[in-house]
Amino acid sequence: MNTQTLYDKLWNDHVVRQENDGTALIYIDRHLVHEVTSPQAFEGLKLAGRKLWRTESILAVADHNVPTTGRAQGITDPIARLQVETLDSNCAEFGVNEFKMNDLRQGIVHVVGPEQGSTLPGMTVVCGDSHTSTHGAFAALAFGIGTSEVEHVMATQCLLMKKNRAMQVLVDGVLGTGVTAKDVALAVIGKIGTAGGTGFAIEFAGSAIRGLSMEGRMTLCNMAIEAGARAGMIAVDDTTVNYFKGRPFAPQGETWDKAVDYWRTLHSDAGAVFDAVVTLNAAEIKPQVTWGTSPEMVVAVDGCVPDPATMTDPVKREGAERALQYMGLVANTPITDIAVDKVFIGSCTNARIEDMRAAAAVALGKKVTVKQALVVPGSGLVKAQAELEGLDKIFIEAGFEWRDPGCSMCLAMNDDRLSPGERCASTSNRNFEGRQGQGGRTHLVSPQMAAAAAIAGHFVDISKQ
Amino acid sequence: MDKFIKLDGLVMPLDRANVDTDAIIPKQFLKSIKRSGFGPNAFDEWRYLDHGEPGMDNSSRLINKDFVINFRRYQAASVLLARENFGCGSSREHAPWALEDCGFRVIIAPSFADIFFNNCFKNGLLPIRLPAEQVDDLFRAVDTHIGYKLLVDLEGQTISTPDGVVYPFEVDAFRKHCLLNGLDDIGLTLQHVDAISAYEAKHRAAQPWL
Ligand code: SF4
Repeated sequence: MNTQTLYDKLWNDHVVRQENDGTALIYIDRHLVHEVTSPQAFEGLKLAGRKLWRTESILAVADHNVPTTGRAQGITDPIARLQVETLDSNCAEFGVNEFKMNDLRQGIVHVVGPEQGSTLPGMTVVCGDSHTSTHGAFAALAFGIGTSEVEHVMATQCLLMKKNRAMQVLVDGVLGTGVTAKDVALAVIGKIGTAGGTGFAIEFAGSAIRGLSMEGRMTLCNMAIEAGARAGMIAVDDTTVNYFKGRPFAPQGETWDKAVDYWRTLHSDAGAVFDAVVTLNAAEIKPQVTWGTSPEMVVAVDGCVPDPATMTDPVKREGAERALQYMGLVANTPITDIAVDKVFIGSCTNARIEDMRAAAAVALGKKVTVKQALVVPGSGLVKAQAELEGLDKIFIEAGFEWRDPGCSMCLAMNDDRLSPGERCASTSNRNFEGRQGQGGRTHLVSPQMAAAAAIAGHFVDISKQ
Repeated sequence: MDKFIKLDGLVMPLDRANVDTDAIIPKQFLKSIKRSGFGPNAFDEWRYLDHGEPGMDNSSRLINKDFVINFRRYQAASVLLARENFGCGSSREHAPWALEDCGFRVIIAPSFADIFFNNCFKNGLLPIRLPAEQVDDLFRAVDTHIGYKLLVDLEGQTISTPDGVVYPFEVDAFRKHCLLNGLDDIGLTLQHVDAISAYEAKHRAAQPWL
């Protein structure tokens, strides 16, 4: 059999050597680095007297800890400052290309990589961050790694791993009005569960996926990890190729043509066999809202908070009961009756220019009624583009706060966070307990849904507006 | 890395599914640039009633007496018994660092999230998958026996209960070898420098834009 999945092709192209038990040494083309998961790796290298194998493969940027206001004053939290300074000094010492906090190109690592053309089709891409799956949108094999592996890649340009099984998630049809890649991602997780993709590399395919922009595809692959899969990926098509034209790190001239010829081969062959196939009908997907403390606890916006009493699996039931208690929700409440206190539009899931445009279109001429609504662009370049288009003014006039780029309230390592009991409509990717601040209650939604909630003060069905 | 060969360890049950790495070690502690010292803040939001920040004196904080890590009977536990999808979410290796710092060397669960599972092996922690029914049995046994211990034998790939039940488990041969010998992955990979260089030259020639 000569038919291969996209995953087979990417995998086979990067095997350096293979052990009998299936463990392979896989070559890594691009290594993205941020301040939180790298200091111990750099320290490990220094202690062992090891060098970087390929310095040019690394691109570093501080994103998790950076403030989103008043950057001119630097970072006030001394522990966070030390971590960012440690990244700066490690990059200087090892000669690593770094976008520093006040560089226009700084931003969330998963927004910055593709934006610079630093992530390209056919590459293996790693980062000490689970949402590295984002880069699979470009038909790259991209996955998150731990700090020991960060050090391993730094020292050897390789990783030891075993091949996963391949899952195809097939979404055919046309998405309805107001239904986005985020809703597709949540619907997939709702269907297969947060462990449904464990042990798999997921390829998203089907006409609805081909219809998505690169931004939408990144949103979808970003959340592959929330379905338990380490990697998500999408085949190359014109949308992929066009995205890279003129990007700083992308090839040019003759090399460009050669690269494109190769990139065009990056798709699953007709008849390629997957270990599992999941299908969804795009037309049936509605805007999604999570109600609990795991991304699989999700329903359509026109639905209700589920009733744990109807759940037969005792572990599930107990989990749902605990989640409702934490979330301060009562079973059977209509989702659109849930009032929110804060809104966060940002994160590596939904802070690209298209997300900014979608949220601004909802906010145009309206007024925010919630306590606080933050818009945090994914990078300095996204911010600049949005300002060029006047989106910042739309947000500010509507009462949103327009911030500097970073992870911000996605994980609340800086000052942007929820207070105990506060309820947030968030475009990020995790609704875990305490994720956005201890005791904070997170509902994951698309940018349109978040902006609409900021205005109405509760969830609204954007597809009916 | 410390070797792992055999362990006769006290078991602590953590009866929740989908325990994520944010719960194992909340983000404010990730600001540390060290690998150690995360133990007192493992499960911080569940084990204390007040909000924890790095640098606090944890011994003077308000303890949540209802959270299992604070039960006297589990104080010396080195085996963590858990539910489905343990370690999901963020890739932070601070999670296994924190668990190890608390004294855990083995985690038993029906399933683990991939990145966490990998990270454990890099830190001398042994994650073991057992069928859900066996995990259920163990939860029941720990609950009813104070001082319940399990004998975990990596060489023989078995877990033995005090009443003589033996559960076999699977472990990847390479990872087993590394754990048994306390081997450092980087050192092993660097034995293949020539293969890596040869691959690299070929790869670069085929895809010169990389
Ligand atoms: S935006 Fe959130 S999920 Fe993405 S890298 Fe930052 S902290 Fe992680």
